[in-house]
Amino acid sequence: MSTTPRILVVIPCYNEEKTIASVVAQIAECRRLHQLNLDILVVNDCSRDNTMRVVRQLDCLCLDLPVNLGIGGAMHSGYRYAYRYNYDIAIQVDGDGQHPANEIPSLLTPLFSDKADVVIGSRFLNRIGFQSTFTRRLGIRFFTGLNWLLIGQTIRDSTSGFRAMNRRTLAIVDGYYPDEYPEPEAIVQFGLHKLRIREVPVEMLERQGGVSSITSFKSIYYMAKVTLGSLFLFARLKNTLR
Amino acid sequence: MDAIPFKVQIFSILGVLAFMYIVARLIVRGKLREEYSIIWILGTVLLAVFSVWRQGLQRIAALLDVYYAPSLLFLIALFAIICFLLHLSIVVSKFQSQIKDLTYELALLKQEKLVDDKKTKTA
Repeated sequence: MSTTPRILVVIPCYNEEKTIASVVAQIAECRRLHQLNLDILVVNDCSRDNTMRVVRQLDCLCLDLPVNLGIGGAMHSGYRYAYRYNYDIAIQVDGDGQHPANEIPSLLTPLFSDKADVVIGSRFLNRIGFQSTFTRRLGIRFFTGLNWLLIGQTIRDSTSGFRAMNRRTLAIVDGYYPDEYPEPEAIVQFGLHKLRIREVPVEMLERQGGVSSITSFKSIYYMAKVTLGSLFLFARLKNTLR
Repeated sequence: MDAIPFKVQIFSILGVLAFMYIVARLIVRGKLREEYSIIWILGTVLLAVFSVWRQGLQRIAALLDVYYAPSLLFLIALFAIICFLLHLSIVVSKFQSQIKDLTYELALLKQEKLVDDKKTKTA
């Protein structure tokens, strides 16, 4: 890429009034430090608190979804925005402050040098920072195994939402992006489209506010839904891409 | 062969008439789309046929070597209901993805308008 690539940071948020301002500020600071050609897009997934009012006062773009679509829908709309407005790279950063903005450059490096199409920030590569709970790590292991079975690649932090993708990936994601809990399923999608997936070690923080979309009660549903979703996606794409 | 008892026949004819009336009213009021009304009209016609033709069910059951006629009725009814439910699930899934696309468009338009408004304000 000869000119500086245009980057869009997509921040999906649902009831993140406490953290969203600082998340946006940290990314803006990162933009200033590294002189990136970067825009920030907050996707408000029909929050019931004052998130939208806070976002309006920030120096960023925003998509205000009129209907609650869940994290998958929120990200899909952000990616669609990135694709339609000709961004070269899109990055997902969660609105709860888990993903430190100063790690954004390490996500971008493999994309700048065209060594990868998708870069996933992984908290398990160097085992530093917040490592999540034991049961969650077990769940993540399970998806790592499932992904390995389906696409033959080992993605250690398969549920990580801290990821960056280039325009080639955006073109695919613009057409289809998984619903509800999209991260592990999206990896299957990327793998079957023969995209180069690269994991880079990042240090994650514990969420600074808000609640996880995955409560203990929902975790069984989550596991079943994502497993089925991955298998269906595999069956669907395996035939169309051959 | 046993026919449907006379009392049951009266009740079923009354039931079918009431059902037909409800379906017709929904169609006239525009609350039921034509594509779905076809299924319900067919359903009511079928019910009407069997409530008028008293030996009908037994005749058909005998033809298919079904010993206990009502079980044939349950089988067919259940199968029809399951098919229709599947059809409805497909329709709902289609609507869901259409609503999602519409939501994206709406959000994108809102953002574009916001940018335009800011431009006119500064101009």
